[in-house]
Amino acid sequence: MFEDLYQEIIMDHASRPRNKGRVETPDAVVHADNPLCGDELTLSIRKGEDGAIEDIKFEANACAICMASASMMTVKAKGRTVEEAKELSSEFVRMLTADEETQPERITGELKVLESVRRFPMRVKCATLGWHALEDSLIEASKEQ
Amino acid sequence: MLQAQHPMIGYRNDFPALNQRVAGHPLIYFDNAATTQKPEQVIEAISDYYRYDNANVHRGVHELSQRATQAYEGVRPKLLTFFDAGSDYSVIFTRGVTEGINLLAQTIGKQRCVEGDTILLTELEHHSNLVPWQMLAKETGARLDFIPVDENGVLLLDQLESQLSQGVKLVSLTHISNTLGTVNPVQEIIELAHKAGALVIVDGAQSCGHSPISLKEMNPDFYVFSGHKMMGPMGVGGVIGRTSLLESMPPWQGGGEMISRVEYHDFQANEVPQQFEAGTPNVEGVVGLGAALDYLESIGMDRIQEYESELTGYGYEALTQLSGLTLYGPNPDEVEERGATLSFTMPTIHAHDLVSMMDMKGVALRGGHHCNQPLMRKLGVPATVRASFAFYNTKDEMDSMISALKEVISFFRR
Repeated sequence: MFEDLYQEIIMDHASRPRNKGRVETPDAVVHADNPLCGDELTLSIRKGEDGAIEDIKFEANACAICMASASMMTVKAKGRTVEEAKELSSEFVRMLTADEETQPERITGELKVLESVRRFPMRVKCATLGWHALEDSLIEASKEQ
Repeated sequence: MLQAQHPMIGYRNDFPALNQRVAGHPLIYFDNAATTQKPEQVIEAISDYYRYDNANVHRGVHELSQRATQAYEGVRPKLLTFFDAGSDYSVIFTRGVTEGINLLAQTIGKQRCVEGDTILLTELEHHSNLVPWQMLAKETGARLDFIPVDENGVLLLDQLESQLSQGVKLVSLTHISNTLGTVNPVQEIIELAHKAGALVIVDGAQSCGHSPISLKEMNPDFYVFSGHKMMGPMGVGGVIGRTSLLESMPPWQGGGEMISRVEYHDFQANEVPQQFEAGTPNVEGVVGLGAALDYLESIGMDRIQEYESELTGYGYEALTQLSGLTLYGPNPDEVEERGATLSFTMPTIHAHDLVSMMDMKGVALRGGHHCNQPLMRKLGVPATVRASFAFYNTKDEMDSMISALKEVISFFRR
């Protein structure tokens, strides 16, 4: 019942979020919020010399869905190139917001669990908040250079 | 036996929407501060209006137009009786409280406030009784001041006289807090404000459907209410104001109905109340509101208040038994009156998750800032869960909410 939305992996990431905090010497720090429910999140990233995401961390005052999704996002985004991270993010957002169910190629493993949020339309914004922050931070970081 | 437990059980059956299951559980509707459910009588009145009487009001001579006009106009005196307003008050129909306050800000607000004047609000206000005044302040150069609240959300009135002496032209305050359930001593504040030469607007969104109101006793200059918070339909409400003040106010929106004579370059405004009701009004809404007033009167607002107060006290007590839970707003045992709204947080469960999980148990609660962002910031809370009641709710439902909350808490402890 509660597990329809709050699966074990989600609860695990929500209670022990990975990559929590703020990266040193960030290339971008972005703030995202959902004024409807009060979720707030700050994401910081640093790119390496090869242009890939070398470090990524977040701090949030948010619900379990937002927390877990952002935590999984940081795990998946770390080490990726900007292009890869952008593709991953847009595929994730499409998975939750497209009218028809999508067949995402890049959304694998733990991340696939969040597909259940589709059935709770009021919670989709919670699950996508961290990903929108990722997209914004990638734009922000490319401006810097 | 059930009858004895719940004196309102007969009335509860008048609300078809309450009789359904959500997520496999009987619906427990505890979001009444947002909007109440509607009884059969209101739903029937609206569909009968469209079935038999629909026509545009005021302009037509034909039978249907007369019937529609009578039905529409007949609700004004009904409202004056319901809110025990003396003969010196008039009713302006609006879409609800928000539109009513915007109307007042843009008419009497603009007329009375110039640069340096003060508009006095409280720290409890819903955004709808805050943002219209911020807009007016930006337009006119007037400043906003606030009656502060203590940590329980009770107004601190010891500085009120000194606050009122700072060039206050208007005081606008809520009767009952939509988040904390605080009942403000409006009568006392109105008396002091009048002594200081200020006009007073009372936001009645949370009192109109829950407390017996006597405007004669309260003596505000304007009382603003919403139909959908008192068993009536959405999109209708009004301003009940002192007729002499309404007559001195400039018109608001322009259009048909609000004029008595129009030329290419000028117009003459109609009389009060039509002056403030441009365009075809929400006749269906007003008719439904009339049915809601009849319905509430058939129960009695005293009985409703008494029952809801008992229910709220019962819920407050039960919630304090849950360890770790923090309740906001005044303790019902420590105040004379308490609105039927309970706000709380759990230390490890975000309000949004709690509300989602309670929905999976069929319990309709609300989580968030409740259109009260500055107040929440002051209390240092990101978001609360709010349970708000009406007379059709029961202690059994309260018990079910508590046991569902316990399940959520134990799920999060795993």
